[in-house]
Amino acid sequence: MAQEDNLIEQIVKRYDGDTGMLIPMMQDLQSECGYLPVEHLRYLGGRLKVPTSRLYAVATFYSSFRLAPKGLHDVTLCMGTVCYLKGAPKICEAISREFHVEPGGTTPDRLFTLQAVNCVGACAVAPVMLVDGKYYESVTPASALEILQELYPDEDTVEKETEA
Amino acid sequence: MIEFGKRRLNNPEVLERVRDELQRQFNSSSKVVRVCTGPGCAAKGASRIYELFCEAVSQHSIEVEVTTKVVGCHGLCECGPIVIVQPGEIFYQRVEEPDVPEIFRETVLGGRVVQRLLYEVPSTGKKAKKANEIPFYNTQERIALAYNGLIDPTSIEDYIAAGGYKALPKALTMMSPEDIIAEVERAGLRGRGGGGFPTARKWRSCREAKGFPKYVICNGDEGDPGAFMDRAIMEGNPHAVLEGMTIGAYAIGSSQGYIYVRNEYPLSVERLRGSIEEAREWGLLGERILGHSFSFDIKINRGGGAFVCGESTALMASLEGRPGEPRAKYIHTVESGLREKPTNLNNVETWANIPAIINRGGEWFAGIGTEKSKGTKVFSLVGTVVNTGLVEVPMGITLRRIINEIGGGIRDGKRFKAVQTGGPSGGCIPTEHLDARVDFDELTKLGSMMGSGGMIVMDEDTCMVKVAKYFTDFLQKESCGKCTPCREGLSQMLHILERITKGEGEVDEVEKLEQLADLLAGTALCALGKTAANPIISTIRYFRDEYDAHILDRRCPAKECRGLFLYEIDAEACKACGICLKNCPEDAITGEKKIPHVIDQKKCTLCGTCWEKCPFTAVLKV
Repeated sequence: MAQEDNLIEQIVKRYDGDTGMLIPMMQDLQSECGYLPVEHLRYLGGRLKVPTSRLYAVATFYSSFRLAPKGLHDVTLCMGTVCYLKGAPKICEAISREFHVEPGGTTPDRLFTLQAVNCVGACAVAPVMLVDGKYYESVTPASALEILQELYPDEDTVEKETEA
Repeated sequence: MIEFGKRRLNNPEVLERVRDELQRQFNSSSKVVRVCTGPGCAAKGASRIYELFCEAVSQHSIEVEVTTKVVGCHGLCECGPIVIVQPGEIFYQRVEEPDVPEIFRETVLGGRVVQRLLYEVPSTGKKAKKANEIPFYNTQERIALAYNGLIDPTSIEDYIAAGGYKALPKALTMMSPEDIIAEVERAGLRGRGGGGFPTARKWRSCREAKGFPKYVICNGDEGDPGAFMDRAIMEGNPHAVLEGMTIGAYAIGSSQGYIYVRNEYPLSVERLRGSIEEAREWGLLGERILGHSFSFDIKINRGGGAFVCGESTALMASLEGRPGEPRAKYIHTVESGLREKPTNLNNVETWANIPAIINRGGEWFAGIGTEKSKGTKVFSLVGTVVNTGLVEVPMGITLRRIINEIGGGIRDGKRFKAVQTGGPSGGCIPTEHLDARVDFDELTKLGSMMGSGGMIVMDEDTCMVKVAKYFTDFLQKESCGKCTPCREGLSQMLHILERITKGEGEVDEVEKLEQLADLLAGTALCALGKTAANPIISTIRYFRDEYDAHILDRRCPAKECRGLFLYEIDAEACKACGICLKNCPEDAITGEKKIPHVIDQKKCTLCGTCWEKCPFTAVLKV
């Protein structure tokens, strides 16, 4: 735990312990840990003299925070108006069906976490999907599945094939 | 090149000397390759193209000096990646990796134009060599986007050489705070974030408000789906925002600013953060700016991914480290905003307009636009138009000109149905109002609004009830839940719309929607709730027949709502290839070689697989 305490101390110091910067602190914590572990939130709250309930309120209000570990990769599917009209829901359905994951969730094998977001601001090339920050333009259900299949590490694919 | 960085500029004269020097340097290295890495071009692989140009330059150790630059969104995202070569401002579009050596050899070194990469003007078939020969660009007038696509957003030198940071010393040395506010007032600038409140009036109220310290905020929480204007400015010309904010802070009497950027825009955060660092090093931000007694600094906050935080009081709550719930605004934020201190909040585009207004005068700005809406407005023109992208047009231009001249009309020869403006708080404008002038008041009259500048064009294949459902679903999810009308009203409206799009709607449900909309407009706490029913109201106003078709005939005229239309195979177009038959998950299609296939309507679950798979578009929606 000492190491984690140290991490939180660093983050608190980065913002001079200003409780107004609670959201950036939690963002930094999440980018370090991949999610917000409850123990860390308790420690951070204690450190800032802010009740844990308030940290929990913030963590659950904003859609970018998560309280559970995420997958190996980040998949963001844009559901902005243009992407939506150009077929994003069908892409989402296809991914959910193929990888057994709902938006906001992580695949059972922890390969990726799927986020459906409102708009990533690349409407001119809709529908858009992001994998670990890389943009894919004019995605279709078929191309989305293809892109995501490639996330499997090579040896896994080999294993899978031999199993089959 | 002289290293200017790390050297604080202690007075405006030094800045001017540095500017002269920079301009001389930039002119001497006349060969420049600019690669657009805006969101559209980046998605099409522009970063790799930039790397390849850099490699080409470094491998070619000849005497000519070539500068490669990453630039912000150029606008014509449809034709990305865009590469511009100077001298000649040659405009290359849809540049792919293999094109790089050819452009480098022919144009950069040889000064010849690569014809096949030029844009072809559809109406004349002529090749356009420069951006201003393309109809998409020559109808536009650029103020907020003036430097977009021209300067390297990561270089303060570029911004200064192009004429940036001219307004700031002018404001500090030649104008009093009241002069600045009067200049903005003469310009008639209204808030670009959606509401259209007069900027000068807001500044003056904040200046006159009692309380200390005072804060200025830049709202970069561009949450409207279908909009990326602010993103393009923050990533393409971040210093304009900083300069505008610094001038505003001086006029208002503030020494601390915040920029609140959406969580989905990590690059905006990175660019702004870098620019703030640079501006501080140069003495253009921080203690004693340009040797003046005025000090001002800016912090950046990343949003947490909540649409409601675009609302000013919710944004301030978020800046205080709380959930972004709005409060009632009977006490204005200019008197009691962030930490209950006087706070002035403006949108990114509003701030980016300030330097130009100070430089060229309020009268010049007021000479553009309509009587009550001055200047230009940036729109993200998206949807089913030919040229999607970012456009900046003078206020008062008609929707028809934006869609047809700049946008190049509707894609695939389809018919125009509606244009949606104003984001989730806006509405849909139909064909009969295409000649309406785009300004704050005109769009409101039509039941939509200017909003922050999303402009989504929809063709005949779009179901307007589904559009209303989309926005209602969006807002219902984004409602913070603090006030009952918004929290419960939107759920009920969404429930009704879901029933209608499933063909389960009842005769009086359109009236029920109208009643709920009325209730919401009158009683919701914040602007999100008050305007939440606009998409429903405007689609009922202009497309009542579509609601009726769903409810009375159980039919979706645009053939989008599953279950309210059927799939059939056109026997004449069918080549009996068997693809639909093999792909149908329900075995609902029968047919043999050389015999047109048929869908068994009893077995068909309307999944649409046959329609997607048919290579001859022989599957029809009826």
